[in-house]
Amino acid sequence: MAAKTLYDKLWDAHVVHTDADGTALLYIDRHLVHEVTSPQAFEGLRLAGRAPWRLHSMVAMPDHNTPTDPGFTTIADPVSRVQVETLDANARALDLRYFPIGDVRRGIVHVVGPEQGATLPGMTVVCGDSHTSTHGALGALAFGIGTSEVEHVMATQCLIQKKSKAMLVRVDGQAGPGVTAKDIVLAIIGRIGTAGGTGYALEFGGDAIRALSMEGRMTVCNMAIEAGARAGMVAVDDTTLEYVRGRPFAPQGEVWEQAVAAWRDLHSDADAVFDRIVTLDAATIKPQVTWGTSPEMVAAVDECVPDPARESDPVRREGMERALRYMGLQPNQPISTIRLDRVFIGSCTNSRIEDLRAAAAVIRGRSVAASLKQALVVPGSGLVKQQAEAEGLDRIFTAAGFEWREPGCSMCLAMNADRLLPGEHCAATSNRNFEGRQGQGGRTHLVSPAMAAAAALAGHFVDVRSF
Amino acid sequence: MTPFIRLDGLVAPLDRANVDTDAIIPKQFLKSIHRSGFGPNLFDEWRYLDHGEPGMDCARRPLNPEFVLNQPRYQGASILLARENFGCGSSREHAVWALHEYGMRCVIAPSFADIFFTNSFKSGLLPIRLPDAVLDRLFAAVAATPGYRLQVDLPEQTVTTPDGSAFAFEIDPFRKECLLNGWDDIGLTLRHAAAIRAYETQRRQTAPWLFA
Repeated sequence: MAAKTLYDKLWDAHVVHTDADGTALLYIDRHLVHEVTSPQAFEGLRLAGRAPWRLHSMVAMPDHNTPTDPGFTTIADPVSRVQVETLDANARALDLRYFPIGDVRRGIVHVVGPEQGATLPGMTVVCGDSHTSTHGALGALAFGIGTSEVEHVMATQCLIQKKSKAMLVRVDGQAGPGVTAKDIVLAIIGRIGTAGGTGYALEFGGDAIRALSMEGRMTVCNMAIEAGARAGMVAVDDTTLEYVRGRPFAPQGEVWEQAVAAWRDLHSDADAVFDRIVTLDAATIKPQVTWGTSPEMVAAVDECVPDPARESDPVRREGMERALRYMGLQPNQPISTIRLDRVFIGSCTNSRIEDLRAAAAVIRGRSVAASLKQALVVPGSGLVKQQAEAEGLDRIFTAAGFEWREPGCSMCLAMNADRLLPGEHCAATSNRNFEGRQGQGGRTHLVSPAMAAAAALAGHFVDVRSF
Repeated sequence: MTPFIRLDGLVAPLDRANVDTDAIIPKQFLKSIHRSGFGPNLFDEWRYLDHGEPGMDCARRPLNPEFVLNQPRYQGASILLARENFGCGSSREHAVWALHEYGMRCVIAPSFADIFFTNSFKSGLLPIRLPDAVLDRLFAAVAATPGYRLQVDLPEQTVTTPDGSAFAFEIDPFRKECLLNGWDDIGLTLRHAAAIRAYETQRRQTAPWLFA
């Protein structure tokens, strides 16, 4: 039998039907649903008189619009409230597996899925959200879809798909102290570009990836989409199995053993052929900070903002000039001189317990800079929040001057009340630094939780390795 | 879905790379639970000088005269030229709905982000990939020629300029067929309902944990 990549194995196990031109019907095991991209799909289903094909494949929760104010009881914005109430109503009408506001299991859908064991190795996982790639960290084929496809999966349990090409991103060696999964993935995006993974499914491998915890692997796969790839994935190993074991939706007993036997094969064969291989040396990766309005506009913390005058490609040069104007930065300005107005620790990229521990370790016993207007910590789920509180992390944050919030997407995309004002610079552990992403005119710098924590204390970027 | 067969349309140039879906339709407009109403907020932050929120009467908002789609010569455009990686970022199909409702029927760029590309076909918006060099030429021609139009022929898979130059484009045969006929994907897939059930029966045997 021909050697297969992990992607081949996941793909082959889910093909229901293939047309002569290679268009396939791909079976979907898990469908995660949130309030923003589902209302039109539920309505479409209703209007067509269709019932969900396999109701229990869906797990739903509101996350994008939900307030994060401690102990909130209502959603002040009436438009947001209607959207969340619409999901409530759809969940009730169909008797969905649903984690509503008030349920401690609720949180960001990409944090909750793995945390509950609702996403498992070997699954196909979809959600009407591009950061669904996160779940690939478990050795799953996971990708984001639009609302028409959300409705399609609800109605048929399948998606019409063409197979992507396969790319291996191998990060060899060992990352230095202070260099995290976030720095690794930002370095990868800096290398291949935001369109570098377009048309590919990415597999992340190599010693530096193997050495990451599941939380770290989720951070890396989460940002596969920022490299243009719908899906990112990591092979299953003992780290994966230990993470999944005992989670509420995970199999138990004999079925667990049966599942583990199947999951042990979820890796690329030794002689599998990839369409493209990119290699990085982890030892050369430094803490990363984005300076522009695309995640590929990234530099190491000890470097300077690049000079567009040195860029030969006119479209790229124009893009850099526009980004620097928007960001209010000068060419050749040291990254460490960028002063910050707000710090945001949260999002589906970096709001898991390990992220909060990393930030708290930097902050312990110190205070945020007086020049900062706000420093926010938004845990990824109610259970992450609970765990952090049990470890006393919340007190470390609040003693330092951080606000300790309820779980949700929050300032990553500013659909709720948490947002930047025009011109404000924010060190954010999220995933997108697009114009206006965190609020109109807001200026986002993507960093790791430890780097965000250090920046909050200093009021500007500092190298966490020497902090 | 409305079929897409041929289009003779006015062209508007958006000369930027990496136009993301946050720019195409900012997040505050995603709070809608409806499938329409997004057109007036297409490119909201670039198009208007004030900050837009749902429920505002866009006809009364100050337009940004610098933004290309606000220029009189591009009113009524149905073909958008763009640069590489158009539609990157969030999976929001609202971006496609906003473009379509505004009147766009076709976007021509060197490359598109995968999710946006897939979403486009669901609403009858045709994304066409043409090489950088062709885009350079089209951008130059639009700038030089007020009222510049292109003809898009889906059956023939060509984009034709007013001087008769034709550029061939690639499209997946299945997607082409769906666009030409305006087919609903769900209806097509349900023709395979028996195969889906057979797959499930077999999977329940070999991987029962997937059905818990």
